Amino acid sequence: MADEKFDVIVVGAGPSGNACALTLAQRGLSVLQLERGEYPGSKNVQGAILYANALEKLIPDFREDAPLERHIIEQRIWMMDDRSYCGAHYRSDDFNEEQPNRYTIIRAQFDKWFSRRVVAAGALVICETTVTELARDGNGKVIGVNTDRSGSTIYADLVVLAEGVSGLVGARAGLRSVPKPDTVALAVKEMHFLPSETIDARFNLQGSEGVVIETAGTITKGMTGTGFIYTNKESISIGIGCLISDFTENQETPYGLLEAFKQHPSVKPLLAGSEVKEYAAHMIPEGGYKAIPQLFGDGWLIVGDAGQFVNAVHREGSNLAMTTGRIAAETIADLKANGWAMNASNLSTYKARLDESFVMKDLKKYRNLPNVMHNKHLFTTYPQLLSNAAQTWFRVDGVDKKSKENAIVKSFFKTRKVRGLLGDVIGMARAWR
Amino acid sequence: MNDKAPAPAAPAAGGTRASAKKELPDHLKSYKHVWVLVELERGVVHPVSWELMGEGRKLADQLKVDLCGVVLGPPGGTEKAVADCFGYGADVCYVVEHEALSEYRNEPYTVVATELVNKFQPEILLLGATNLGRDLAGSVATTLLTGLTADCTELAVDADGSLAATRPTFGGSLLCTIYTLNYRPQMATMRPRVAAVPVYVPGRTGKIIRHEVSLPEEDIITKILAFLPDATSNKSNLSYADVVVAGGLGMQNGDNFQLVRNLASVLGAEWGGSRPLVQKGWITSDRQIGQTGKTIRPRLYISAGISGAIQHRVGVEGADLIVAINTDKNAPIFDFAHVGIIADATKVLPALTESFRRRLAAASTLSAAE
Amino acid sequence: MHIIVCIKQVPDSAQIRVHPVTNTIMRQGVPTIINPYDLFALEEALRLRDEHGGEVTCVTMGPPMADNALRKCLTYGADRAVLLTDRFFAGSDTLATSYALALLIKKVAENWGEPDLIFCGKQTIDGDTAQVGPGIAKRLKLLQLTYVAKIEEFDLEKREITIHRRAEGGIQVLKTKLPCLVTMLEGTNEMRRGTMGDALRAARSEIITWNAAAAGITELALCGLKGSPTIVKKVYAPSPRAEKAYQIEVEDKSVDQICEALIGEVTKRQPGLEKDLVKTSSDY
Ligand SMILES: Cc1cc2nc3c(=O)[nH]c(=O)nc-3n(C[C@H](O)[C@H](O)[C@H](O)COP(=O)(O)OP(=O)(O)OC[C@H]3O[C@@H](n4cnc5c(N)ncnc54)[C@H](O)[C@@H]3O)c2cc1C
Ligand SMILES: Cc1cc2nc3c(=O)[nH]c(=O)nc-3n(C[C@H](O)[C@H](O)[C@H](O)COP(=O)(O)OP(=O)(O)OC[C@H]3O[C@@H](n4cnc5c(N)ncnc54)[C@H](O)[C@@H]3O)c2cc1C
Ligand SMILES: Nc1ncnc2c1ncn2[C@@H]1O[C@H](COP(=O)(O)O)[C@@H](O)[C@H]1O
Repeated sequence: MADEKFDVIVVGAGPSGNACALTLAQRGLSVLQLERGEYPGSKNVQGAILYANALEKLIPDFREDAPLERHIIEQRIWMMDDRSYCGAHYRSDDFNEEQPNRYTIIRAQFDKWFSRRVVAAGALVICETTVTELARDGNGKVIGVNTDRSGSTIYADLVVLAEGVSGLVGARAGLRSVPKPDTVALAVKEMHFLPSETIDARFNLQGSEGVVIETAGTITKGMTGTGFIYTNKESISIGIGCLISDFTENQETPYGLLEAFKQHPSVKPLLAGSEVKEYAAHMIPEGGYKAIPQLFGDGWLIVGDAGQFVNAVHREGSNLAMTTGRIAAETIADLKANGWAMNASNLSTYKARLDESFVMKDLKKYRNLPNVMHNKHLFTTYPQLLSNAAQTWFRVDGVDKKSKENAIVKSFFKTRKVRGLLGDVIGMARAWR
Repeated sequence: MNDKAPAPAAPAAGGTRASAKKELPDHLKSYKHVWVLVELERGVVHPVSWELMGEGRKLADQLKVDLCGVVLGPPGGTEKAVADCFGYGADVCYVVEHEALSEYRNEPYTVVATELVNKFQPEILLLGATNLGRDLAGSVATTLLTGLTADCTELAVDADGSLAATRPTFGGSLLCTIYTLNYRPQMATMRPRVAAVPVYVPGRTGKIIRHEVSLPEEDIITKILAFLPDATSNKSNLSYADVVVAGGLGMQNGDNFQLVRNLASVLGAEWGGSRPLVQKGWITSDRQIGQTGKTIRPRLYISAGISGAIQHRVGVEGADLIVAINTDKNAPIFDFAHVGIIADATKVLPALTESFRRRLAAASTLSAAE
Repeated sequence: MHIIVCIKQVPDSAQIRVHPVTNTIMRQGVPTIINPYDLFALEEALRLRDEHGGEVTCVTMGPPMADNALRKCLTYGADRAVLLTDRFFAGSDTLATSYALALLIKKVAENWGEPDLIFCGKQTIDGDTAQVGPGIAKRLKLLQLTYVAKIEEFDLEKREITIHRRAEGGIQVLKTKLPCLVTMLEGTNEMRRGTMGDALRAARSEIITWNAAAAGITELALCGLKGSPTIVKKVYAPSPRAEKAYQIEVEDKSVDQICEALIGEVTKRQPGLEKDLVKTSSDY
């Protein structure tokens, strides 16, 4: 094989890598994208939410042929204890708009579709190929990659690391450290297949309408984490995730949590009679703003989960991935157009552009939240209290309402004490601001 | 065919054709009788031919036609097979003897089978879904330009007299029933061990029709240089064993797999395993049980550490009694096993081997004393 | 030398689900793969090419998306890939499939040379008939060698091939003339990985795509549903066993007690078995 050289090599074909490769190819750069999975999406946990906006910026007409499952018309948030949930639901016919804002998708299909678009735009995409290391010249500048296929180094002016949360390639090259266990959650997820009519009936839906349920509470046994239930066309995605450090500390297994979650009396009926087909585990970077590594250097740049770009509070990831991928590509294409070198100082405009975008602004807003959320009471005591309060309130048993109110207030103070309560509230409010 | 089965789904784009009335063209109306091609190799008939004879009998009775065996073999080498055809229920036997037919080869067999069909015009032609049957059936059907349904698990005749051939599809997740429209003969191959061998009636006879063919050896291009029999010590007879013990990935390593063989040896049983074990090299591929391995139909099947994936299931479902040992109470194998034990197979197997050994020893002394 | 390999893109049967109400296949999310048996054929073809020189052309008839499978063949090292796709081919049974493929192969031969060998897999995992290979051979009037476990000798000069064919109870050693059609048995070789060079070449290659007309197929009545003598009249799910397995009590029981209970259950359900076992058991 003669030496091969490209303008840019993109490592990974998730949303961030695809957004980046697509934009680069559209701007006329020669792009090689390498993906270790059998096909784009094959290594990605199935069933997720797609936020239309980030994709619209890349592919305005995506609704025409992207494999979308259901558009979301109802959001439920549940605070759960072992036998109950207490929640808020928001449903609106306004979400049945012409160009809906959120969809459920199945990543394996969606990523494949996305990748076809990348290929059509002119990028070379090669799957089943793992990048094993970055090639660097004498000055430490990244000049290409080596892979697990036999053959020589492939060269490029710039390597984009869109390799996802593990960040192994970058770490191996000493460009960054691997994420720490207390900044990464491990989520497990299953797909439960059900006929679409059954899903429609259970969730009060019609056509391609969908529901999302986000949950927290005793289901994570005091660990920092959340659960979720998404409706797809003919399946329900259910999953739960907690910080890896919490799993180790509490000796809980993700699968054990998921089993218990599925057995919860409020969840079980939603899944009854379904056939489980997929079981998958995946990591989510949850360290937020403070965990973001160095994002660029001589001949390299990081996008997506690899850069910890996930908004854990709002469960946004793929949109941040697509946005960072796109902004990176725009930066690179601009440098290229001006004939400027792909070195650290020129690439710093990438970071500057990110700071201007919603990505960094959102992450900055919640920068203290990860610490605050690391509070057992949020996941055990409060859900319990809420549930008890609700029961006291709704049960009609001859006790007058005033006494009920008093009992509820007392129960809060008794369990968490004034200082604890105030601390939690203030911490939360600060982190949110 | 199971009439209680749920309403059929319209096959893709096939709605109108599926309900098409079958009006046979005149030249095909003379096609009559049910034929079974008897697989005679090196003096032995493959048992699937007798299983087919049993199924063919039912079809012929319903159609009120003859059941015919087709025996191809070397000069003087077909006598026993012909007699057995009658013993297993044939009314008529077509016999072709020729040097070129002494061992199976596609060319001469295709020539002869096609010639017989064109001359004697059967309405149904059945073969085993063995390597021989599938090799031959594909060639014959393409030469005759007729329909062929592969690997059937059930054969029936419907109200208007057409062959309804049922077979698993999509790895056994579904069954489909296939018809051959306005073509004759209607051909099907049937998977070994899904039907029972009919009762043999000694001394039963029928009509023998001999057919002469000209098959000069120099016209046959493919030559047989040798036949290398499988080493008998290693040869698995899984498909026809009365008792089969099998292990899966739950046995954890190749060494533990010895526990499966130990139990089999005490029971005088055959042993096998799931596909991943072949891929891991713990067992050879002729020991694989399932969709892409052997179909078994033992009286007792003991599975240890096998999850029971659909591809495995279709290979063992025909067993009279299925015992499953698995640590996972949700393992799909418990959906179709008759008796289950939720336990560690690596612990249960040795104990079970011992218990059986003691019991069989006692029983054998007892029977010796009788 | 020119070798043609027939491959098919199939749904991964391990991932297939059946709609409980309509009994149709739920294709949603079911990934497609190259029919695993065809990989043995492809690897054997590549091996022969590496040894004797020449080219390997992979062909398939299928939906436009089947180009994925073909591109993968190129990644493994095939030289060329041709996709035959047209709505006229929808609903083909094995007879109609072998008709289309035979004509496709003729067209490929016209363009890139007569094949010395045609390879097929033993069978597909969706159709699972093992009929298409023999069907193609018949239509092209070629000799066929099915269930080939090993290619013992391949002599391009003498135009002879000697192979091991899996038969009942043993191996037939067969010798025949080229050109011929071979269907490969599983487990006969291991698919290579393909170099980075192959992968790049594959990513850059065009998959040659023909419709019926481009492949010179004009008798459309012999194609697709029209050309298929068999029809699928009914599709249904196998009736599930009414009850789940009877569970032997294991709580607080010793292994021996469990075994006794199991043996009791077996003898109860298969009364005659034990007596027969005594007779056949190898220990006595
Ligand atoms: C359970 C779960 C639920 C989620 N739900 C949502 C949701 O509802 N909405 C949302 O917006 N986000 C969600 N996310 C987050 C979202 O999935 C990620 O933020 C997004 O996938 C990040 O995209 P990416 O391209 O950076 O990384 P990835 O999607 O992880 O892609 C990285 C790719 O790189 C490949 N790769 C890695 N290393 C190499 C290598 N060395 N060589 C070649 N290829 C390599 C991988 O195979 C992979 O395909 C969820 C995450 C999880 C785990
Ligand atoms: C096209 C195709 C064809 C196939 N054909 C076949 C085929 O012919 N035959 C076949 O078998 N498979 C076939 N398969 C593979 C099949 O889908 C499954 O992957 C396979 O059967 C699983 O094998 P297993 O049960 O041994 O392993 P696993 O699925 O890994 O199951 C292991 C089981 O052992 C249990 N276990 C673990 N430890 C213990 C213990 N100590 N004691 C007891 N139980 C334990 C576990 O709970 C689990 O249920 C095919 C697949 C495809 C795609
Ligand atoms: N549509 C197709 N396109 C190309 N080759 C095919 C096709 N269908 C079947 N084959 C080949 O024929 C073999 C047997 O297929 P089948 O008869 O479906 O079991 C396969 O292993 C392939 O090599």
